[in-house]
Amino acid sequence: MVERTPFLNFFTHVILFVGFVLCIAPFVVVAIAASHNLRDVNDVPMSLLPGSDFWLNIKTAWTTADLGPKLLNSFIMAAGVAAGKVIISALTAFSIVYFRYPGRTLIFWLIFVTLMLPLEVRIVPTYAVVANVLSPYQAILDVTGLSWLIEKVSGVQVSLSLGLLNSYSGLIMPLIATATGTFLYRQFFLTVPDELTEAARMDGAGALRFFIDILLPLSRNNMAALGTIMFLWAWNQYLWPLLITTDQSHATAVTELKQLIPNVGGIPEWNIAMAGTLIVMLPPLIVVVLMQRWFVRGLIATEK
Amino acid sequence: MASITIRDVKKSYAKMQVVHGVDLDIATGEFVVILGPSGCGKSTLLRMIAGLEDISGGEIAIDGTVVNKLEPRERGCAMVFQNYALYPHMSVAQNIGYSLKVAGVPAAERTQRIQAVARTLELEHLLDRKPMALSGGQRQRVAMGRAMIREPKVFLFDEPLSNLDAKLRVQMRSEIRKLHRRLNATSVFVTHDQVEAMTLADRLVVMNGGRVEQVGTPAQIYSRPASRFVATFVGAPAMNILEGTVELDGLSLLGGSRRLAMARAGLPVGSKVAMGIRPEAARLVTPGTPGALNATVDLVEELGAGRVIYVDLDGAPFSVMTSEAVHPEPGSAVGLKISPEDMHFFSSETGTRLDVFKASVPEPAL
Repeated sequence: MVERTPFLNFFTHVILFVGFVLCIAPFVVVAIAASHNLRDVNDVPMSLLPGSDFWLNIKTAWTTADLGPKLLNSFIMAAGVAAGKVIISALTAFSIVYFRYPGRTLIFWLIFVTLMLPLEVRIVPTYAVVANVLSPYQAILDVTGLSWLIEKVSGVQVSLSLGLLNSYSGLIMPLIATATGTFLYRQFFLTVPDELTEAARMDGAGALRFFIDILLPLSRNNMAALGTIMFLWAWNQYLWPLLITTDQSHATAVTELKQLIPNVGGIPEWNIAMAGTLIVMLPPLIVVVLMQRWFVRGLIATEK
Repeated sequence: MASITIRDVKKSYAKMQVVHGVDLDIATGEFVVILGPSGCGKSTLLRMIAGLEDISGGEIAIDGTVVNKLEPRERGCAMVFQNYALYPHMSVAQNIGYSLKVAGVPAAERTQRIQAVARTLELEHLLDRKPMALSGGQRQRVAMGRAMIREPKVFLFDEPLSNLDAKLRVQMRSEIRKLHRRLNATSVFVTHDQVEAMTLADRLVVMNGGRVEQVGTPAQIYSRPASRFVATFVGAPAMNILEGTVELDGLSLLGGSRRLAMARAGLPVGSKVAMGIRPEAARLVTPGTPGALNATVDLVEELGAGRVIYVDLDGAPFSVMTSEAVHPEPGSAVGLKISPEDMHFFSSETGTRLDVFKASVPEPAL
């Protein structure tokens, strides 16, 4: 029951406003710091009136950290992860919801268990696999004695190797598997009436046809929501890109921000660091603003 | 155009058997209605014909070809669903044309056929709309269009009118009937609404508990119900049933307070029999008329064109439907006259119809 009185209205708005200020304040400080020159930014306390060096700082940050290619890298990675997650989770959920096959429940629970294994937990084995994607197969060959046999018979030493370090696929692929997305899709597919599936069968559509013609268009709000969330998530990834990009050419914007953070004993150029932060925050913001309409619809309500 | 042959078809889910061996022959161009209460297996039977449910036992053949193992699209059936099941993201034209698109019909021919179907169903002005922007009746017509466009051998209807309001239902009923007369395609229509069943059917199949109780024209089903279930299920208000016991020279009714003199024609003395009388077959007469049953009025229901009078017959409830302008007061006494040819007899044990009484004695007297 929602009561509406002038006092309550006022009170709730005050709470909302305080919350808003708490959320926005750090960003305001960042923006102000980014507009100061070197001396003003190191004043204690720092002046909360904007300075005049905003564009200069932005330009310096851009060139110092070489943000152009790094932002592109970040974008490729985030978009790749988001797209991959959307496709993979739609397909997995489709299989789990619409097909009866042995091991279905097992697969469902395996996916569920990965919720408890975030990247940070499995980072060492994941790194090992990405360093040489074929190493598990090599291990199988070694353990079973097949590589020994092959070497004896043909004289060829079996040594499979496919490294993905410092590549976009290495950045993207280990982040794609997603239990969250699969469950989001599963919940959505369960709300699609059975009669729709049956109507499609009567119309002669096979499984894949039904998936592409009926399920995917119906789930476009879902796709937008999942895509947006996952884009932000991937954009903000730090540990994984840091670990597997030893080469500058594939580094992402978020990891490269550290180039701008002053070293101990160096020049305390916090204004430049803040300007760089602002630049890196911008693309996710644009994505959220653009996708907001579908995004919210996908999360709160199913279409009538 | 096709005939359907159903031979001893069974359906079970895990341990539960829901359809117990149904046999049915549907002729080419016939409109068959399957009528029954919810849970009687009528929808399951229809879905087995469509191919949406596996057949646990028996055989279904369309045009002589056994279709048990065929996919729905290979059977040449089209189905109209209860909730329409329109694709919400497609326009009316896309909805109607989807099966053609799947079948790879070229766009030009598709458009032409969509137009033709839309013209038949008066949907031309709605072709660009989404299903959400349509009324219930319009959605229903789109669902029919989707079935029609494939020019199927068999039309299957799964309670297609039950989501419509009363007025629209009557209208769509006659439209379906007209459509069938024009296309003359074999149709199977499932419903729990007996008025719908009676008005639409060439032949009526009454099902109960996963079995076929009776197959016949609506008139046959009404005038000669094959079982007590059919007798009470078809007709509104429901047929009155009076329990009785066979005696040496007749039938003792209502716990012995009434006797019906007649030859007992081979039935063992003491066996239980149910006598059924349709409310519209009983006539109201002045109490005390010779040969009339005396009863007390409980309640009068005004229907406009007629009245249903609920009376108390020696403790048993009994209803009479009359179109005469009589308005007896509750509590007053009335007489009931029932002609022998309006009496139906059923075995109390098996529920099956007994014709022995009528054949043996032309004029039983109460």
